[in-house]
Amino acid sequence: MTPALRVQGVSHAFGKTQALRDVSLTVQPGRFVALLGVNGAGKSTLFSLVTRLYDNVSGTIEVCGHDVRRQPGPALARMGVVFQSRSLDMSLTIRQNLRYHAALQGIGRREAIKRGDWVLERVGLLDKGASKVATLSGGQVRRAEIARALMHDPTLLLLDEATVGLDLRSRADVVDTVRALAQGGEVGILWATHLFDEVRSDDDVVLLHKGEVLATDTASEIAGDSTLSDRFLELTGVDEREIAA
Amino acid sequence: MTPNRLGWQGHITALGGIVWREAIRFAQQRERFLSALVRPLVWLFIFAAGFRSVLGLSITPPYETYILYEVYVTPGLIAMIQLFNGMQSSLSMVYDRETGAMRTLLVSPYPRWFVLVSKLVAGVAVSILQVYAFLAIAWFWEIRPPPIGYLTLLPALVLSGLMLGAIGLLLSSTIKQLENFAGVMNFVIFPMFFASSALYPLWRLQESSELLYDICLFNPFTYAVELIRFALYAQVNWPAVGIVIAVTVAFLGAAIYAYDPSKGLVGRRRG
Repeated sequence: MTPALRVQGVSHAFGKTQALRDVSLTVQPGRFVALLGVNGAGKSTLFSLVTRLYDNVSGTIEVCGHDVRRQPGPALARMGVVFQSRSLDMSLTIRQNLRYHAALQGIGRREAIKRGDWVLERVGLLDKGASKVATLSGGQVRRAEIARALMHDPTLLLLDEATVGLDLRSRADVVDTVRALAQGGEVGILWATHLFDEVRSDDDVVLLHKGEVLATDTASEIAGDSTLSDRFLELTGVDEREIAA
Repeated sequence: MTPNRLGWQGHITALGGIVWREAIRFAQQRERFLSALVRPLVWLFIFAAGFRSVLGLSITPPYETYILYEVYVTPGLIAMIQLFNGMQSSLSMVYDRETGAMRTLLVSPYPRWFVLVSKLVAGVAVSILQVYAFLAIAWFWEIRPPPIGYLTLLPALVLSGLMLGAIGLLLSSTIKQLENFAGVMNFVIFPMFFASSALYPLWRLQESSELLYDICLFNPFTYAVELIRFALYAQVNWPAVGIVIAVTVAFLGAAIYAYDPSKGLVGRRRG
């Protein structure tokens, strides 16, 4: 099966600062892959490379078999993204935001309306479609962003710290919504987070630290006899307070 | 996504979506519309009225008779609307980049140049609405170009709007934060407007300062003003057409380069 995402040997530097070093990972359709690392590990840089906000000059990044450098159009067309910073237009309603995004993906108005209802139902916001984004709670905005990322039926869904700033209940809602998507079997999910409690034992995990992949396996395999967070501390040598932040 | 969405129909849908969003934002921001309208009207009602008696104007093309200063200054004020609008669009791009909304635009599967040009077209469409609203009010102030002029003005507005928008687009790619933009407004908008043929004919300027005259000739805004001035009287100022197109191509090319993640400035920055 063609992976939803294949990153092979990718490095990236900002001037003299090496942000990523020889990073490789794979996300299969139907899998929830947690990209786990503390702040500054390089998660957002990797997301920027996959989404072509930055150019990858070393290694290869393929989305559904399309190299993002050589075939950015087909690669981006199969990718849905929820960025770390909020990126919905606050002055528009959810439905208007969805329609705008659909247009940017080449989806016409009629189909956008139909798909809009479908994705809103999946994230539990069908009754909020006519609400302005500015009136929504943090968790609802995040779910609306997930709905938007699903509008063009992507095979790969990227979420960068999607639960940051949310209360516990909203966090759980968002994580559950995303996991349910993976269970459908068609969407591969790369979930970047620094929160260990969002990772389940059977999830695929990529441990990223200071731009390098330290481990790739299921969470339970990486943890071994210990807990995932303890194992992470052991591998990275970071202070316990850093992962609690 | 089916591949045909990446075809020409998809491109048109994307362009339509970008224009639609700009139109909605414009409709929601009544203050923006009002200030875009009030600014040139203040110039017309107060400044031009004051200068009417000071400045004598000889008969120069495209005018076939003596004209009032208000009539002379109108094309300059039209270009001013477009200048402000072009800079405002780029300001909104800097804001979008800061807030993250820009990312939505840039992860569209269509080529980045196409997305940027669509954004530019959306801004120009808004500026044209503003210009016609201004002309409608100016009509009551005895600014009455020939009726055909309102029609022939349209292609000129598209060209000048694209040029001024392209300049703004390039600026937006080089500015890192919104705070820096205020300085650019001062260093770009005012010098461009004052050192041009918007407020006074160039021959008048030449009489007082040869250097200033040369600066005005070097200023692309001068050619946007002259293009509009002639178009408003159903005439074509071909040198202005050529220069406006050339400047548009140069600035748009540079902006597309700057926004290209593999080459430009935006992708190299962190954050």
